[in-house]
Amino acid sequence: MPFNLLVLACITYVILLFLVAFLVESRARRGRLGWLRSPLVYTLSLSIYCTAWTFYGAVGYAARSGLEYLTIYFGPTLVFIGWWWVLRKLVRIGRQHRVTSIADLISARFGKSNLLGVIVTLMAVVATTPYIALQLQSVVLSFGVFAEHAPDGSAPLGADPTAIWVAAGLALFTILFGTRNLDAKEQHHGIVTAIAVEAVVKLFALIAVGIFVVWGLAGGVSGMMQRIDASAITGWAMNPGRWTGLILLAGVAVICLPRMFHVLVVENYDEGHLARASWAFPAYLMLMSLFIVPIAVMGMERLPAGSNPDMFVLTLPLTEGQGALAMLAFLGGFSSATSMVIVEAIALATMVSNHIVLPVWLRLRPAGAISEDVRAVVLNARRVSIGVVLAMGYGYYHVSGGSAALASIGLIAFAGVAQFLPAMIGGIFWRGATRVGAIAGLIVGFAVWAYALFLPSFGPDAVFPAGLLADGPAGIGWLRPQALFGSDGMDPLIHALFWSLFLNGTAFFLGSVVTFPGPVERLQGAAFVNVFEGPLRPRGLGGGHVEPEALLVMAQHILGDEAAQTLFEEAARAQGKRQSILPDPTPAFVSDLEQRLSGSVGAATAHAMIANVTGQGTVTVDDLMTVARESAQLMEYSAQLENQREELARTATALREANDKLTQLSVQKDAFLSQISHELRTPMTSIRAFSEILAEGDLPPAMVARSGRIIQDESRRLTRLLDDLLDLSVLESGKVQLTLGLANLREMIDRSIQAAEQVKPETRFVILRDLAAESLFLRTDADRLTQVFINLISNARKYCDAPQPEIRIAVKMKAGRVRIDIADNGSGIPKDAQGLIFEKFGRLPGEMRAKGAGLGLAICREIVANLGGTIAYLPGQGGAAFRIVLPLRLEAKAA
Amino acid sequence: MFLGRIPYRRRRLRDAARLLPLFGLFFLLLPLLWSPPGNEGRRFSGDLVYLFGLWVGMIVLAAAIAPGLSRRDGEPDEDED
Repeated sequence: MPFNLLVLACITYVILLFLVAFLVESRARRGRLGWLRSPLVYTLSLSIYCTAWTFYGAVGYAARSGLEYLTIYFGPTLVFIGWWWVLRKLVRIGRQHRVTSIADLISARFGKSNLLGVIVTLMAVVATTPYIALQLQSVVLSFGVFAEHAPDGSAPLGADPTAIWVAAGLALFTILFGTRNLDAKEQHHGIVTAIAVEAVVKLFALIAVGIFVVWGLAGGVSGMMQRIDASAITGWAMNPGRWTGLILLAGVAVICLPRMFHVLVVENYDEGHLARASWAFPAYLMLMSLFIVPIAVMGMERLPAGSNPDMFVLTLPLTEGQGALAMLAFLGGFSSATSMVIVEAIALATMVSNHIVLPVWLRLRPAGAISEDVRAVVLNARRVSIGVVLAMGYGYYHVSGGSAALASIGLIAFAGVAQFLPAMIGGIFWRGATRVGAIAGLIVGFAVWAYALFLPSFGPDAVFPAGLLADGPAGIGWLRPQALFGSDGMDPLIHALFWSLFLNGTAFFLGSVVTFPGPVERLQGAAFVNVFEGPLRPRGLGGGHVEPEALLVMAQHILGDEAAQTLFEEAARAQGKRQSILPDPTPAFVSDLEQRLSGSVGAATAHAMIANVTGQGTVTVDDLMTVARESAQLMEYSAQLENQREELARTATALREANDKLTQLSVQKDAFLSQISHELRTPMTSIRAFSEILAEGDLPPAMVARSGRIIQDESRRLTRLLDDLLDLSVLESGKVQLTLGLANLREMIDRSIQAAEQVKPETRFVILRDLAAESLFLRTDADRLTQVFINLISNARKYCDAPQPEIRIAVKMKAGRVRIDIADNGSGIPKDAQGLIFEKFGRLPGEMRAKGAGLGLAICREIVANLGGTIAYLPGQGGAAFRIVLPLRLEAKAA
Repeated sequence: MFLGRIPYRRRRLRDAARLLPLFGLFFLLLPLLWSPPGNEGRRFSGDLVYLFGLWVGMIVLAAAIAPGLSRRDGEPDEDED
């Protein structure tokens, strides 16, 4: 295969990637992303976990250490299928707080501390720059493989120039599409899509080589299995320490690597995508590693001894004469390397610009409002950072000279970024974690990692003199880098991982426990740990006065004129302002604005900038306490308001009832007045008429006598009516004078029956009584009670219409009260009139006008009430029946 | 305190999602405890099939659980029963 063709394919492929990124970016700008923001693209973009180190190196790893290469995939698999534990929370926090990088996350969690941001950034740069160099090396190596196999033996470029060209090309691509805009959410649609394409290419390439090996060379699955069991690869023995430790390490790295954090959290478009990726990403990893062992076994079998197993993916198809397949494999490896470098460079550049360049720039400027366009500063800082990161990668490659030391750098980088774990996991699950603890843990962990793993990895006499490695510094044996505290004989990687994470975690824990967090730290801690309980905003902090115009000016410099003005206008509308686009600088608005800005420049810088404008640089614990107290007071106040409201409602109901009653009473009073005038007028009319007749004189004596009798009768009736009325009013006012004394109930009833006999004396009534039950003594007003009995019995006599009329009187004692039922066997009182009979003048409809004014029962009711009892109509007794309930002993009312 | 059938199922699904990686870890570490009968060493291809079988199993289970978890609902997200 001609080398030039390879270069051509390579360039075509890169142009294709440019096109994809460009098209997607322009679609994104028109807001038409559609399926480009699907879970599939998200999952595929996660595949930057599989770098060239895994694409080429996994085969070499398998050839050297058997199945151990699988641990690199098992760790992430466990983390992803267990997404409900950690990833879900990370992604939610990342979205809610507009986190721009892992350094931003840690710095924001621990009180928006820029120092932490700087530490994490530096650690990430140190740990991952060699990793970038490794990618360059793999591209160079793969070019070399083709140059070797080229028929004309011509290799137009040496290794170093190749690396330069690759690094420069990647820098160009990354700068073009990674710093196109300062997105508030720091998302790069073009790059993510290009990476998804690359993910497909590398998976496809590896599977194609695998299929060729299994079915093309080994003759199917069973043949492959036999070859595997016969191969030298089986000499591998599972090392429990490395097996467990590497699963743990890979699981940690998948969330701590800056590039993984970037695609996983920062580029996450929808939390729902994570659920899909939780199984789809492990499936991708599984497919990626499916054919590793067959390729390794077949490479060891077919290729001459001493060939580099890291390049089996390329050399195997080449020696078998499969040029096209080799080309595909080459593109796969190229994809793995480039996608990793691009995202890593973006992630690192974001961290460097947000946590190092911008703070320095802000510090250097004179105090006051931000006048220049910060966006340009940020973007340029980012561009330069990308260039610097790639230059460092190239420099590292150049210095190390593509040595074998690079091969192991992948796991060493993993162990380096794993030092973020305690601060990150502790920060999102433990409110007690403090800034000091995080700083202590990070520094201790990083120092141990560098001392025990990173620096010794260059080999004896490279950085550490051989004597130091063998005997420890100044001959102190227990400080030997690869046998700390006398832990001899451990695998160097596991040794370093174990000690660095242990000491890191311990320092983090102790530092957190003994220090006291600042107020912003506590706020942020609560907001991160309780992220699922809804957003908690540090509202109402400080009393600094701020001009909204100054805020707008600053926001325009960071977000751009258009975006900032829209943001302010929306806020103004939400506050109900119709005219101005400047909202009131309420604490809520300021904290919203700060969060928007932090999506562009990181939480720490955004916080510092806002503080710069608002002049409230510091928040004290007292401020926090004031806020807490104020909100407690507010709650109390609103509870009071609620109580008052309820009381008002109760009063209103009572007033309404009183009003209803008054209205009713007024109606009753009117009715009473008209009734009484009517009742008075009727006898008056006859008296007047007959007295006029008498006044004319000259009448026969019989006529005079008759007129006189009528006048007499009518006046008597009038008198009785007035007596009754007087009696009733006395009773109703409760001023009646009762004469209390012991009285025999039977005697009272006897008297009443006798007195009532004058009503319709011609009719014979059968009186049914229970004399034994009646023989009891009541302490009451006997005369009044007798009046009631007379009234009831007279009524019975008056109105009972039965042919053989009878009156039943039943007496019963119950719970200190006496119950007296008086019933007749007439037709009773119709149901609809039962409510009326106790009312004044409440005669039955159609009732023959009898003597009396219809006040009898009303008086009865008042008397019984004054005697402390009740009287009621008793329906369903086969006639009119009344029930009187009285206390056995009526106590005299006080006063 | 007591949930309807559907929220209850969703809670248990979360429990399953939490347990799945622990089970996975257990089965990944299990090969460390095996010692094959005889002393000619273990069969490499056997390990390979076991590990990939386990892997596929974990993926299938995770795929079965995930859709039920990602469904949005009105109830608060957290967590304690």
